[in-house]
Amino acid sequence: MAAQIVDSTDDRISRISSSIRVIPDFPKPGIMFQDITTLLLDPKAFKDTIDLFVERYKDQNINVVAGIEARGFIFGPPIALAIGAKFVPMRKPKKLPGEVISEEYSLEYGTDKMEMHVGAVKAGERALVVDDLIATGGTLSAAIRLLERVGVDVVECACVIELPELKGRDRLGDKPLFVLVS
Amino acid sequence: MSVCKEDDPRIDGIQSRIRVVPNFPKPGIMFQDITTLLLDPKAFKDTIDLFVERYKSKNITVVAGIEARGFIFGPPIALAIGAKFVPLRKPKKLPGKVFREEYDLEYGSDCLEMHVGAVESGERALVVDDLIATGGTLCAAMNLLERAGAEVVECACVIEIPDLKGRDRLKGKPLFVLVESQ
Repeated sequence: MAAQIVDSTDDRISRISSSIRVIPDFPKPGIMFQDITTLLLDPKAFKDTIDLFVERYKDQNINVVAGIEARGFIFGPPIALAIGAKFVPMRKPKKLPGEVISEEYSLEYGTDKMEMHVGAVKAGERALVVDDLIATGGTLSAAIRLLERVGVDVVECACVIELPELKGRDRLGDKPLFVLVS
Repeated sequence: MSVCKEDDPRIDGIQSRIRVVPNFPKPGIMFQDITTLLLDPKAFKDTIDLFVERYKSKNITVVAGIEARGFIFGPPIALAIGAKFVPLRKPKKLPGKVFREEYDLEYGSDCLEMHVGAVESGERALVVDDLIATGGTLCAAMNLLERAGAEVVECACVIEIPDLKGRDRLKGKPLFVLVESQ
């Protein structure tokens, strides 16, 4: 069987980065929105994105991949499938049908809530939290708190994109963050 | 016409992992909860494999997934068959220019949007969601794709509620499901 040639990490990141579209003034003036839908239109870039995460996590005994609604649902499941982990959706209020635990978190104005099904994860499990992007880190830190409240060991947070100037990394406490594009 | 994979030995495992939650979101509705399926890596993998086996030789160039649970099943299928993934979203979530399709609910109406330029004329599309009930959302999804010039080859869902006759709302297009529920 012929050896499979995998592009270098740099080449893959370069392609991923250039496939992301920036939309000015969305959802409001002054915000440069990082649109990953264009990455999803490039099958090679999308596959490379997943591969880069899978290469990092496949030998780390991750039992759970938690993905944050909704764009975390796009990246989390393919990673979970490849590493043999469960996928747990972290959702906005009132979407999950069963008994939930919820965690409130701050927005620029006001608060929001994130929910997870009771029984989805067990104490002692090792988890990865996935979203498309980390900005202020509010949503990711809510997900970490939810998982830790039930005794899960959050090993790392993984995002395609980081907006470093918003210092989201600092809101993750002692949890490491892995991103592909900064 | 809907096709079902009753004879495949993997179906039992998949069906048994789906949790029914009574009276959600309102009294009288028996909600089909796929989150428990996602907690079983083998059953989740089998689910994806059953779709991939069906579609990998059908020259599908785009998999469209309906927010939010279609985002869980669509991307792994797209990745495995080398197709683009296009998210079909609730209003005001997509940052760029969109096509917008309104559809009726039991009371009132809702909207589904797709980015302009995501799909090119002549592309062969698969529409994916976790479940088909009345078929209203799937029909709106098909309309969006056809307005962009794509050919909808088939709709694919994990679960069908046959009594709601959703398959009759698919404008003659075929529906493929893994599990039927009463």
